[in-house]
Amino acid sequence: MHHVVIESWSRGASLLHARDARVKVIVLLAFLIALATTPRLTPAACACYAALAIAGILLGRLPLGPLLLRAAIVLPFSATFAAFSLIVGDAPRAAGLLVKSYLSAAAVLVLVGTTPLAKLLRGLESLGAPRLLTLVVQFLYRYLFVISEQAQHMRLAALCRGSGPRPLHFRAAAGAIAVLFARSYQRAEGIHQAMLARGFAGHTQLLSSTRIGLRDLLFLVAGLSLVLALRASLGVLWNP
Amino acid sequence: MHIPDGFLSTPVWISLDAVCVPAIGYAARRARQELEETRVPLLGVMGAFVFAAQMINFPVGAGTSGHLVGGALLAIALGPAAGVVVMTAILSIQAFVFQDGGVLALGANVLNMAFAGVVAGYLPYRLWGRRRLAFFAGGASSVLVSASLALSELLLSGVPMPRPVLAVTLGLFAVNAAIEGAITAAVLEGIHGLDAGFVRHPEGTAPRTLAGVAMVSVVLAAVGVLVASTHPDAIEKLVERLGGPARRLFAGPLADYQARFFASPWLQKAAAGLAGLALICCVCLLIGRLIARQRSA
Amino acid sequence: MEPLIEVRGLRFRYDDGTLALDGVDFQLFPGETVALFGRNGSGKTTFVHHLNGLLAGEGFVSVCGLRVERRNLLAIRRKIGLVFQDSDEQLFMPSVLEDVTFGPLNRGLDTTAAIETARHALRDVGLEALAGRAPYHLSAGEKKRVALAGILAMEPEILVLDEPTTFLDPPAQRDLAALLRRLPQAKLVVTHDARFARALARRAVFFEKGRIVADGPVGEIVERFQWVPGTTSGGEAGIQPAE
Repeated sequence: MHHVVIESWSRGASLLHARDARVKVIVLLAFLIALATTPRLTPAACACYAALAIAGILLGRLPLGPLLLRAAIVLPFSATFAAFSLIVGDAPRAAGLLVKSYLSAAAVLVLVGTTPLAKLLRGLESLGAPRLLTLVVQFLYRYLFVISEQAQHMRLAALCRGSGPRPLHFRAAAGAIAVLFARSYQRAEGIHQAMLARGFAGHTQLLSSTRIGLRDLLFLVAGLSLVLALRASLGVLWNP
Repeated sequence: MHIPDGFLSTPVWISLDAVCVPAIGYAARRARQELEETRVPLLGVMGAFVFAAQMINFPVGAGTSGHLVGGALLAIALGPAAGVVVMTAILSIQAFVFQDGGVLALGANVLNMAFAGVVAGYLPYRLWGRRRLAFFAGGASSVLVSASLALSELLLSGVPMPRPVLAVTLGLFAVNAAIEGAITAAVLEGIHGLDAGFVRHPEGTAPRTLAGVAMVSVVLAAVGVLVASTHPDAIEKLVERLGGPARRLFAGPLADYQARFFASPWLQKAAAGLAGLALICCVCLLIGRLIARQRSA
Repeated sequence: MEPLIEVRGLRFRYDDGTLALDGVDFQLFPGETVALFGRNGSGKTTFVHHLNGLLAGEGFVSVCGLRVERRNLLAIRRKIGLVFQDSDEQLFMPSVLEDVTFGPLNRGLDTTAAIETARHALRDVGLEALAGRAPYHLSAGEKKRVALAGILAMEPEILVLDEPTTFLDPPAQRDLAALLRRLPQAKLVVTHDARFARALARRAVFFEKGRIVADGPVGEIVERFQWVPGTTSGGEAGIQPAE
């Protein structure tokens, strides 16, 4: 499964893996903003942004081919609108849509490929994300695989009993989802009891987050400088 | 509809992100008030459940299949504030881990699907109670509103859409809305059948007229923005009429630059569109606050 | 010797009216390991959930000298650790290490002390190498041992295990039995597996319709209630081998 692969990447070791999550998020945002606000993407500009993305992939010791392939998930959507742009004669916009969406996806993959989700969530918390939201994301991610597997089992079991007439199929799927809901609810009850049994007193205590080191600051400065320099060299600040 | 990065124009994604940040903070605080912290695992598990449920195929004829989005389902099962938080969590994971939707565009996607979609999904249930029609209307308006908003944002950003394609897209929205309505109703009935405690009668004694007005205004606002974004000329005329007094307000040493600024067509379009979106957000927040006040009364 | 667990006249009725426990008397002494047998629905799990206050019924329940009531719950939950049947419900944190530190952090330890305690517990179950892994890709046996580590990290005096061999293959069952035998705490093991019980316990109780109807040596209880499902040689009761 897609997120399992990314997770195994995130447990690797590299220059980027060792960096604090916060500085990686900030540099990513700078890259995305620079890319998004670039008005006209000349081939040279494309090449520069692509070079930055690839530098990230290499620094993170991530598998180049598989990562670039995964970023292509966005292409079907972008290609459709790129086609529309070509139809109305706006070729630069077509290229822009394709390149911007693709490179943005690749950059995000560099972040999640070098940062385990729990660390990323703690980093986002320090940057201001509400604790309730990050905890919900954390629990969601933890049980995503388990519950998806359950859903797949139910789907297979239904398939084994053959496909019937259409309305019945619809109702069977709805019934399966209802059962999945009930089992998920019960599972949540069980988790709650397990938390209480280990002394949970109302407030989730988490391991305290890491501190920002000199290398993190250097990376932050270097990353931001590169991105800003590239963006500034591409001209006007507004995107008309 | 998850909007990727690179589609929305700068004023659009910046302002939506700017509105989204405090909105999420607000939703998180409200959800915290309504549920104790021990419910966090439930919200997470429900998020995982919706995620998993989104992958199940519902045959709808002619060889096509539909999928559950789940905004209305979450709102009805967990309450609107928790529904917003869970949907936001789902969209965040989809953006970061699955590259389904952009990171800068997350503000837009969250406002469309986690806020507008969830609130629109909740209101018919609030209005009409535990009825199949309410469940259907919730699912349908949830998808209609979120899809219309997404399309408006794309159009406002200047993403081209030839007229025939636009018509087909709107038709698809209607079909998806009906599918979501049907699935939501079927699933909620199934859930209620398993254990009547899962789907309770909506709480609060807010007058139905309030919820009704809220419902209508949310849908109208979304449709209005959509219509407005497809008719830029009408907007320009409107903004010109309003722009006069606005320009006088901003007179100063940079007046010349500002006059050119305000005259630029994209700004007018963007401003009008954003005003519409801001209107929807304010309406939703206001509704939320009013309903909450009625509940605690 | 003072009993670690003292239960007198425990009665409990579920919200829907079902009488789950109908007057249970029980004592657990230091160093003992007791097996809990009984049919599904006979009240074993319900009983065990009263020992750490997840459920509250009528009667007298005391753990390590503390009455099981609201004001003592945090202290009691440090003394008695419950390993749930479903490891996926027990391992709810993103990584093994974070999960095992959950208990110590709730006790008020700071991050360094909590991690130290967690590593120690993982060493005890032989899984220190898995500290950074995510729980859901572990094998059933590994999950069970991590869950046990999470409980051991709280340094309890009593261990309660609810059907620990569910989903475990025979080698994993053997490993778990060997591990449990090394642990010095008093133990309560809810189980259907007579062989597993015999490897760990000398004493067993038998639940039936919410009451304990027998309390004695494991072998005797198994014999008396024919608590053996599998094929056997030597003429004991059970399913006959296939021809």
